Amino acid sequence: MTALSNTWFAERLGDHGIHSQYLEDHHPAHMPCLEIRRLDWADAAEEAKRLEMRFVAVWAALAGRHDDAKTLYSYMAFAHPEHRHVLLRTPLQEDNPEVLTISEHYIAAYRMERHMQDMFGISIKDMPDTRPWIKHEHWKADAHPLLDDFDGHSPMQPDAGRAQVDYDYVSCESESVYEIPVGPVHAGIIEPGHFRFLAVGEKILNMEERLGYVHKGIEKSMQGRTASDGLMLAGHISGDTSVGHSWAFAQACEYAADVMTSKRCDYIRGILCERERIANHIGDIGAICNDAAFAFMHVQCSRLREDMARLHHDVFGHRLLMNTLTLGGVAHDVSEEACQKLIQQTRDIAVEVEHLRAIYADTASIQQRVIGAGIVGVDDAKDIGLLGYVGRASGHEADERIEEAYAPYDELDIAIPKGEQGGVSTRVWVRFEEIASSSRMIIQMLENLPKGSIQTDWVAPEAGVSGFAAIESWRGEIAAWVRFGTDGLIDRYFVRDPSVINWLGLELAVRTVPVPDFPLVNKSFNCSYSGHDV
Amino acid sequence: MSSIFFQLLQAVLMVMFAPLVLGFVSTVKARLQNRRGAGIMQPWRDIQKLFNKEVVLADHASWIFRFAPYVVFTATVMAASVVPSLLLDTPLSLTADVIALVALLALGRFFLSLAGMDIGTAFGGMGASREMTFSALAEPAMLMSIFVLAIGAHSTNLTTMIAHTLHTPLLIQPSIAFALVAMLMIAIVETGRIPIDNPSTHLELTMIHEAMLLEYSGRHLALMEWASAVKLLLFATLIIDLFFPWGISGDASLVTIALALMIWIAKLMVLFVILAVMETSMAKLRMFEVPQYLGAAFVLAFLGLIIHYMLEVAV
Repeated sequence: MTALSNTWFAERLGDHGIHSQYLEDHHPAHMPCLEIRRLDWADAAEEAKRLEMRFVAVWAALAGRHDDAKTLYSYMAFAHPEHRHVLLRTPLQEDNPEVLTISEHYIAAYRMERHMQDMFGISIKDMPDTRPWIKHEHWKADAHPLLDDFDGHSPMQPDAGRAQVDYDYVSCESESVYEIPVGPVHAGIIEPGHFRFLAVGEKILNMEERLGYVHKGIEKSMQGRTASDGLMLAGHISGDTSVGHSWAFAQACEYAADVMTSKRCDYIRGILCERERIANHIGDIGAICNDAAFAFMHVQCSRLREDMARLHHDVFGHRLLMNTLTLGGVAHDVSEEACQKLIQQTRDIAVEVEHLRAIYADTASIQQRVIGAGIVGVDDAKDIGLLGYVGRASGHEADERIEEAYAPYDELDIAIPKGEQGGVSTRVWVRFEEIASSSRMIIQMLENLPKGSIQTDWVAPEAGVSGFAAIESWRGEIAAWVRFGTDGLIDRYFVRDPSVINWLGLELAVRTVPVPDFPLVNKSFNCSYSGHDV
Repeated sequence: MSSIFFQLLQAVLMVMFAPLVLGFVSTVKARLQNRRGAGIMQPWRDIQKLFNKEVVLADHASWIFRFAPYVVFTATVMAASVVPSLLLDTPLSLTADVIALVALLALGRFFLSLAGMDIGTAFGGMGASREMTFSALAEPAMLMSIFVLAIGAHSTNLTTMIAHTLHTPLLIQPSIAFALVAMLMIAIVETGRIPIDNPSTHLELTMIHEAMLLEYSGRHLALMEWASAVKLLLFATLIIDLFFPWGISGDASLVTIALALMIWIAKLMVLFVILAVMETSMAKLRMFEVPQYLGAAFVLAFLGLIIHYMLEVAV
């Protein structure tokens, strides 16, 4: 690897008197990890904000092999459209782990900080919201699953006393305001999540999300797995983003181990990821229309999505493309015949989608529903750092395929749609545009598929080495950080699904609509519950 | 004697046909969406399945909640059995008053809304409040539309009204067209179809009618679902009776009744195919636009009334 070190942010921090030190055992060099002093933690975030960097994630980890054994570390990551990703970390005090909040600079950080608080018992100082987040009421107060002394193998006894305590929702004393609790059990078959509405008549004053009902303990479960076991688990974090999550995990590991994938492998990964994007966008467009009772689109889109799933099964062995990536490669090569089939189907689907798009655009009743509903303004989108199609519909185009330009996207023509209205119709428009753009990319990749091997030998890195990757999945950027322990086993894996950030956008968007329009707006965001509740 | 038999037959047919009608509409819709569909018997199978399931009641459900399905079903079936579908002059025809009909339906709706609120969930209350808001607007419009015809017939009795239509020579009456459009619009609201309500939705927050049924299960739910199917058929038959009664049998003989049955079914099929086409080609209205929609229906019916006085009475 000849990539130059990314010194831009370290220099900017230095200008402000914040001393930082590169970590030698972190890869890749163009996405460095800097260690700063604990006192500079919030200042560094403030400086990042001033430099208009995008907030990526904040998380914590126990000391790695190369670190001071008893210390907890707090990490955060930022991205800049020109200067790529930078990670910062700081050691916390051994006996009293606490760190200043950064959510006053980056609002999107507050749920992740609450997550750190729940999982490690780190106290975040000056936090605007100190309620537990992922840890629901029945959990024991002193249960901190990601600490070493927590036994992840035996079932945890619920705390009877705490189970009676109710979550402290935002409430309103006014008599004319009423609360509508929705979920986590819904009338249809959808993922569990709780929404608490404060409404006056049919007007929404506030909507608060409560998530964590599908908390699976993936972070804990990752610890002590081999990388290939971990890859399998990563592919199941969110069923609809199997390729995205697998790729993020695989790339973080490959960066850490300094394994270079072959060009053919990169192209096939690109094809998988773009196919996943198209399939999900088609399914969602249908589902959005179905929420407005326009079932025709739903049926047509389901049919197209099913065609894709069947071909995925034939060519890649799984309808939802699970387990299609390996460390250093991909599981299935694409034969010449399969290549032709994929090209043909991608073309056909792109044409059919354009046809459906014309029907969608010409049906006044559906247009009346989607136009002007669920608006997130450009400034809000930037403040939160909304990702993927949600961000792109509100003028915030963070796209890792361009910012990080990882292979194969460095060789492709990527057209990123830029919307500004930020409503349901804009999000649907962005999805239609992305289907068209991804189809072109898939065909470009298939027609220029490089020859060669699809698998590079995987050698686990030595203990203490970490890697970071940012992959543009269909929902948006997935940020993954992995650190290896002894024997090539995973010591800590942190992943941030784009939903973690986009869920915040939904809370804003629904304030502009009446109660019965919520499902439509929710579907246009389609954030993952499972991806959030790792 | 035989007219009593045919009266009974008519009522039984209404109740038994109702689930088939739902099945017919969803099959036609499925075909329009290029699907095969579950077949017209599916609603029957669903109702049968629900009758075999146990009833799960909330702990704090009062007698109203348990009572409501029976009231709703009985009221709807009573309303359905007085609407002439095959035979014009039946023993019950004296009771077949349109205002009584509206009242019977209102009774069912009243209990349905009470049951929705009784259980104390947010959705039940929400559904009840929406249902009441819309029906308060729909009822006057419906009556207004019926009055356009009733004024001509000098009666609000259905049998008399039908007989009047049958015996007047076929003239172009613009007022009837207004009343018909208004009535069709109201029927969609009353039966909870697209673009007002979506009977097949699973999204609690968008529901009107279904929101009140969310807590029901087993035979209670079966009765409620059945009642709403009967209501759909009832409205279709009412529209046929009021606007296209030709073909209904005047005397209680087997041959004419059989003919009337076939004509009735044919007319129903035409109506429901139109409904299915409309539902396929349309998305739901924003809920805040429903009052405007109902306002438009009222205005149309009222215009029909005025036109009747201005153009038709003078002639």
